[in-house]
Amino acid sequence: MAQDDEESVAATDSAVEVSTPQEFSPGTAVVASDAFANPGLPPRHERVTDLDPKKERTAARRVSGLFYLSIAGTIFAIIAYIIFPIEPGAANGDSVRRNTMFLGIGLSVALLGIGIGAVYWAKTLMSNEEVSENRHHTRGSDETRAAAVEIFKVSNEESGFGRRTLIRRTLIGALAVSPLPAVVMLRDLAPAADPVKLLSHTLWKEGTRLTRDPTGTPIKASDVTLGSVFHVIPEGLGESEDKLEEKAKAAVLLMRLKPEDLHEQEDRKDWSYQGIVAYSKICTHVGCPVALYEQQSHHLLCPCHQSQFDVTNHCEVIFGPAKRPLPQLPISVDAEGYLVAQSDFHEPVGPSFWERS
Amino acid sequence: MRNNTATKLRHGRSSNRRSPLATVALLTIGLMATGGAYALFTSTASAETSSASQATVQEGQKLFAANCATCHGISAQGTKEGPSLYGVGAASVDFQVGTGRMPLAMQGPQAEQKPPQFTQEQIDAIASYVASLAPGPAVPDEKYLQGNGNVAAGAELFRINCAMCHNVAAAGGALTEGKFAPGLTGVSAKHVYEAMITGPQSMPVFSDLNLTPQQKADIISALRYNQENASPGGFDLGSLGPVSEGLFIWIFGLGAIVGVTVWLSARAN
Repeated sequence: MAQDDEESVAATDSAVEVSTPQEFSPGTAVVASDAFANPGLPPRHERVTDLDPKKERTAARRVSGLFYLSIAGTIFAIIAYIIFPIEPGAANGDSVRRNTMFLGIGLSVALLGIGIGAVYWAKTLMSNEEVSENRHHTRGSDETRAAAVEIFKVSNEESGFGRRTLIRRTLIGALAVSPLPAVVMLRDLAPAADPVKLLSHTLWKEGTRLTRDPTGTPIKASDVTLGSVFHVIPEGLGESEDKLEEKAKAAVLLMRLKPEDLHEQEDRKDWSYQGIVAYSKICTHVGCPVALYEQQSHHLLCPCHQSQFDVTNHCEVIFGPAKRPLPQLPISVDAEGYLVAQSDFHEPVGPSFWERS
Repeated sequence: MRNNTATKLRHGRSSNRRSPLATVALLTIGLMATGGAYALFTSTASAETSSASQATVQEGQKLFAANCATCHGISAQGTKEGPSLYGVGAASVDFQVGTGRMPLAMQGPQAEQKPPQFTQEQIDAIASYVASLAPGPAVPDEKYLQGNGNVAAGAELFRINCAMCHNVAAAGGALTEGKFAPGLTGVSAKHVYEAMITGPQSMPVFSDLNLTPQQKADIISALRYNQENASPGGFDLGSLGPVSEGLFIWIFGLGAIVGVTVWLSARAN
């Protein structure tokens, strides 16, 4: 009874077709219940532009005004591009800024004018009659289905796809092997050498001098005053063929602390020189450069994820997501007093990888 | 009957005269007002008077005894409250007192910059007294502070040695446990140089054996170049990277999208 009421109300209020509840639910196993009756469409809303012709004319003028504005924006963009050219040379940053800014203003006015105008037109002037259209059933009619089957049958007969088995099998075989070159090519993107070896070794070896980044000048032990921090690259990095890759692995941070502040393990006591210690700059978490050294607390902070390392305790992790301490580079001095590496790092630098033991 | 209540409800909504964009507009105004007020109240004025008169060690000693000895000891030997000043040099005093970091307002994660408490004449006097106790880095030579060095070389040195803490655009950045590397905009060339040779607080020392005086002059030139040349990308939003840029796009970018969506779906009057 109540349901009937609902439907009649909806029918009288709207002039358009009212969707009727479906008797069955196609495509699902569950039959929809009719717990909620379809309320139908709300009555048509009369806008001021429908009621007042003056308002309608104003709205029409606004829409065309917005389109005019868009035209003006386009012309402005062209003129701005011509009168604010990009002047070559690094010192002309201002010209780049002016060019992009005025061009951008012109283009955005041009595009927004069209967009806002179109939406405003649709909202105020186009018909706001609401209609509902029911979807057709997913299942085609029996004739359509029969015709489709017939097309397949005829095609099969005419092409001989089912009959000529050799052709069919060779075609399937040809399609199956055709992606193989891609597999070979993608496989070749991997490093030619064993990646585990590449990740485990750096440019550092016995006797390599520690040099300043970027000048490459060697560092004397006496240059490293208390509280100092040096950004270090191995000697000969500049001549290396793949300079950036090698630098990414070999970058080192050199610090001098008071020898009594260092808590060194017995077997690593000779890895430092009079309080001068060298640690890999590559974070063991995801490989950011860890170089934020606080000379009073002797903490190293990684700027990416806030891992903190304690330089006094062999750079053990005291905070953050890193899991392993920074690898230490064993150092000593050569006959001329320059700092040199005793050997390569004793473990792979940087983040963990699958084959890392 | 039902129809009646329905129209009443609808009527109630349309009589609500506030535009759907009003909330967005109100939010924008509120955010801009608080942000503007914060920027206004946090900017501090700094005054510096300079005078070239010769300060005597005795004057400095008196000023030291009256203002610094409580923490640093009567003969600058250091106490539990403050470190010894033997060997810190005139540069250290000029930096710490000249930027207002000393005398310390209170114990905290680090001494913060504030308006200097002494005239340059008094600072020079204290500096000459502290320098007379033990040798240490001197106040830098004027010729390295002119900002006429090699900007490109200085910028590279800055990116390698300074940018990880002070930010690549010298806007400053956070350290651990409440400490931070201050922004370098507006810091005088002399104080930048002194900070490098003395390594104040958490900052490591960049002695002349690490960065030569000429390299320091290059870094100062690069900093000055950055300050004098506007960011080519337009508004730099403090050059703080994803923090300020993310905040901006979340508030204004998403706000604009929400506003447009509200307008698109709102029914015309």
